[in-house]
Amino acid sequence: MTTKKHYWNEYQKEIADDKYFYERSCIRQTFFPGSETAFLRMIKEELGKDILDVENQHTCTGIGFYTDIVPLETTMTIVARLLSLMTEAGYENYVPSCVTSFGVFSEIVDLWEHQPSMLAKARKILYDTTGRTFELPKNIAHPSDIIYKFREELKEKMRYRLVNRFTGKPLRVVEHIGCHYAKIFPNKGVGKAEFPHVLAGMIESWGGEVVDYPERRHCCGFGFRQYVVRANRGYSVANTKKKFESMQPYEPDFVVANCPGCTMFMDKWQYTIAEMEHKTYDKNGFGIPVLTYEEMAGLLLGYDPWELGLQLHQVQSERLLDKLGIPYNPNEKYKSVSGKILPNPEKPQYLRV
Amino acid sequence: MFKPLEMKEKEKASRSDESPKPREIKRRLKAVKKIRRKKRLEPEEVELPLQVAIIGGGAAGMEAASVLAAHRCPVSLFEARSELAVNVKNKYKIFPDFSDAGQLVQTMVKALDHPLITVHKDTEIVEIIQEPDAYILLDNKGVSHTVPAVLLASGYEPFDAKRKEELGFGIYDGVINSLQLETMLKEHKVVNSLGEEPKRVVFLQCVGSRDEKVGNHYCSKICCVTAVKQAIEVKRQQPDTEVYVFYMDLRLWGQGYEELYRQSQEEYNVHFVRGRISEAASTFDGRIQVKAEDTLLGQPLKMTTDLLVLMIGMEASPGTRKLGKACGLEGPYGFVRSKSVHLEDNLSEQEGFFLAGSCKRPMHIAEAVNDGRSAALEIIKFLRR
Repeated sequence: MTTKKHYWNEYQKEIADDKYFYERSCIRQTFFPGSETAFLRMIKEELGKDILDVENQHTCTGIGFYTDIVPLETTMTIVARLLSLMTEAGYENYVPSCVTSFGVFSEIVDLWEHQPSMLAKARKILYDTTGRTFELPKNIAHPSDIIYKFREELKEKMRYRLVNRFTGKPLRVVEHIGCHYAKIFPNKGVGKAEFPHVLAGMIESWGGEVVDYPERRHCCGFGFRQYVVRANRGYSVANTKKKFESMQPYEPDFVVANCPGCTMFMDKWQYTIAEMEHKTYDKNGFGIPVLTYEEMAGLLLGYDPWELGLQLHQVQSERLLDKLGIPYNPNEKYKSVSGKILPNPEKPQYLRV
Repeated sequence: MFKPLEMKEKEKASRSDESPKPREIKRRLKAVKKIRRKKRLEPEEVELPLQVAIIGGGAAGMEAASVLAAHRCPVSLFEARSELAVNVKNKYKIFPDFSDAGQLVQTMVKALDHPLITVHKDTEIVEIIQEPDAYILLDNKGVSHTVPAVLLASGYEPFDAKRKEELGFGIYDGVINSLQLETMLKEHKVVNSLGEEPKRVVFLQCVGSRDEKVGNHYCSKICCVTAVKQAIEVKRQQPDTEVYVFYMDLRLWGQGYEELYRQSQEEYNVHFVRGRISEAASTFDGRIQVKAEDTLLGQPLKMTTDLLVLMIGMEASPGTRKLGKACGLEGPYGFVRSKSVHLEDNLSEQEGFFLAGSCKRPMHIAEAVNDGRSAALEIIKFLRR
């Protein structure tokens, strides 16, 4: 069956050109510590743009907010404080690193636009407690939007393409967007929610082939209530399994996601499924690598795979690096910033690394 | 007794670019009345000296034109497209009796072959100016037409299923709309994306109707029975094909519809599943996977099919939206608003401006035809008052 892929990029959104205020992500810094650094490097060094990364920032309450632990007023005040940092620094374009944070900001700003009394309330609480004021952002864009916007400019600087150097064929890439990227407000996502183009556009521009498989739109397996509520974790792993079962016949070379939850669960549940069912989703017993879009872009730009933090993933990427033709030093895989070689982690029984 | 106009007068009335001035219209209508009284003629015995403009050459507009002409009222019928009755022509057989749509169109077109009917194809009315006792219509060719009465019959357009992105229309070849299936049925070639006879066909009701997401709360009312009809036609042409119809609730309100629904199950073994399809995706072997919930069983459901047929609803046509808005007659969902749905459904708030057919709301063909006929009688009543 032919898939009319040109339809995927029909909807475009407004993405600011320059002068970004960057908000870090709680979980991304833990699980993919190289991604945010790589993003800042790309924006500053490769694209020559202005992006501010301030140190006195904090949580957006995202996970607590969407699991109904943090009340709306608290989240509004937290959002207001983060916006006050942006306003004080003289910036107008807000760039939250985490997809959930993107969802929180999009939702709260939309709420304020529709209910000015709530905005007034947030302003008052913030002022009464901190003496700060803020302006609403002119543009809220996710970092994946910005990479998408400048994908052709980045392509010019890339040393590698998403092409299998052994076969000469495009790499088959599964893309997965986070729910909070386009499922709250489809028009805030490039290509909207059903056929999003934000990651597909990067893959296509950089030489790869997007895999459209039956469970492409299915949940990654995170789903806050599935994972955060311990009793529901069976649903979480079952969802991930369903996706991998569905994509397996297409033999994808890797998965790329723009949400920390998706990247983490699609990566780590592969180990769990291997332990539970002795099953892996590539032919040779290795899993399917799951990358962030910054890691994908960073690799193609020639950044060091270990500086990007690929060794911190559950499914290891050496075979993918070989296909891309990217050199790496196996001896430095677990080298710390201070130059010390750290002990190798224990190997799983069923998932080959 | 038929009293023709003087040839010169008649020619003048039918030449659109030299149509009479509004004041002249009033004078002519008065003159007709005077002649009629003087010679003691019945109203229909005097040919009206003015063209009535009908905007839209669909079922309603064509029927109105032939009725008006039969009552000695000259008509200019404007159709924006190059063909008449496109929405009827696109169909194969018509519910509930499986009559042939092509023959119906032929009959309707033949009825327009009348000396008092002038058909202007490829002619879109782009502006309507209201004058006392007259309307001035400007068309896309820059010609103006001054008329004493206008009938808006600008109809509907089928819902564009691309707007229901999750269903994959325009993305997967195995997802088609109900009009595309009509074409396949007409050609006796119902095939999947690989050109093979499908083992299974799934219909989905209410695509673009009763759907808050696309902004259409209304029921298009023809899709339920159309799916039943099409399901039977598929089974008649390909008895081995399995057919499923997914629905919210079946609205089989017309004469013979319920019987058709029963027949589809008893004679043709068509399966009806109560539930909406939430998404469609392609499978590794090129088929279509659908996800739904069977709300009678209370179970989620996943099914693979060779063809997914989307039963698309009716929306106001671009012409209906544009002219309805320009004339201040815009009703819900872009359709036009009549004076009263009970007794004055062919009238609008503006004197001399009449409405017919599915520019007001979804209608099936017979309803549109009847509505066109009824509008014609209202126009005659108005002009001969």
